[in-house]
Amino acid sequence: MKGAALLAILRRDLRLLLLGSGGGGGIMLPILFFLAVAIIFPFAVGPDPKLLARVGGGVIWLAALLAAILPLDRLIEPDREAGLFEQWALRGISEEVIVALRLLAHWLSFAPPLMLATLPAAALLGLDGRTIVLVELGLLAGTPGLAAVGVAVATITAGLKGGAALAGLLFIPLCVPLLIFGAGALAIGGESGLALAGAASLVLVALTPFAGAAALRAGR
Amino acid sequence: MPSNALTATDLCCRRGDRWLFSGLSLNLARGQALHILGPNGLGKSSLMRMLAGLLPPSPDPVSGITGAIAWDGPLALMDERHGLDLGQPLGAALAFWARVDGPVPDEAITGLGLANLLDVPVRYLSTGQKKRAALARLIGQNAPNWLLDEPLNGLDVAACAMVERMVARHCASGGACIIASHQPLGIPALTRLDLAGYAL
Repeated sequence: MKGAALLAILRRDLRLLLLGSGGGGGIMLPILFFLAVAIIFPFAVGPDPKLLARVGGGVIWLAALLAAILPLDRLIEPDREAGLFEQWALRGISEEVIVALRLLAHWLSFAPPLMLATLPAAALLGLDGRTIVLVELGLLAGTPGLAAVGVAVATITAGLKGGAALAGLLFIPLCVPLLIFGAGALAIGGESGLALAGAASLVLVALTPFAGAAALRAGR
Repeated sequence: MPSNALTATDLCCRRGDRWLFSGLSLNLARGQALHILGPNGLGKSSLMRMLAGLLPPSPDPVSGITGAIAWDGPLALMDERHGLDLGQPLGAALAFWARVDGPVPDEAITGLGLANLLDVPVRYLSTGQKKRAALARLIGQNAPNWLLDEPLNGLDVAACAMVERMVARHCASGGACIIASHQPLGIPALTRLDLAGYAL
């Protein structure tokens, strides 16, 4: 019975994060934002193809980081406000499990669309094949970490006035290691950055359920 | 001797720098309903959340003893948070809890006047309708112990009477129920507890 309940919660989380709750707020918005950043970048630095090909991988990483900020305010707060976390706690489902499920749902709803949207973004910036592969592999290794930081920050700022802005401010510095390793992998001979991005992700994924659960309990 | 549904001893509550109550011990037998009274701001809701296990008891200001709460069996809570997805139609929001808890009986849905609201998104329901929806969720949980925090707020006269009947039926079938409310309750064999007697 417990397994069925957890599956129901995961399905609900996924539906909510992919499609939004009623009036929009699904995954489309962050993805369109991601593409918009990739599109306007050439307007700012000029259309020189050599320059774009050289910095384009880093631009995609930056756009991914910025797009990951958008879902933060609806990741935790609406459910906390509606009392869902308390109802789950009453049923003996621990906060750690709930946060881990939310992290899984957030990653599943965010990473695959983002990696898909990276292909048109890479084409717009004129990236070569090697760079595209490295960016995609880097995102595969780094997005679990981005999702973990996002969930942790969203639980910590849930219920605060101006929590959304604060979440964005907390999110960026915590993602710097992922950015350094993930984007660093694009440099010639920097491929080991992928492994380091993956390692940083694993650490963050392991910590988030405990940090998030503590934040939820402290916020009651 | 019937076994106790709830045994709670030496409960104290501090929110921030303010002490709300101390030295509160409670025993609730199966089939018993308890009405917790007291003026605003005395800690009725805090007591309910403490009994629900959402708020840890504070150590006693004098003796330093931390109280204990033991329930026999699962626990269902209804407070001002309905616990339903605002963006979903009511039917889908209740269906989610049905997958977690088990289905809400149809007669509860019709009894609560929700049958023709199942297509309406929860955010468009009125205060009273949301309260009824939360009651349906509570019934679906099928727990022997109920905690109701201000269950009559926002309900019309007919719905209030229905809640009273619901609680009476729940207790008659061996369930236990604690209600925090300002309103007088028409429930037979109701024990009353005035929290003002434990205020600090």
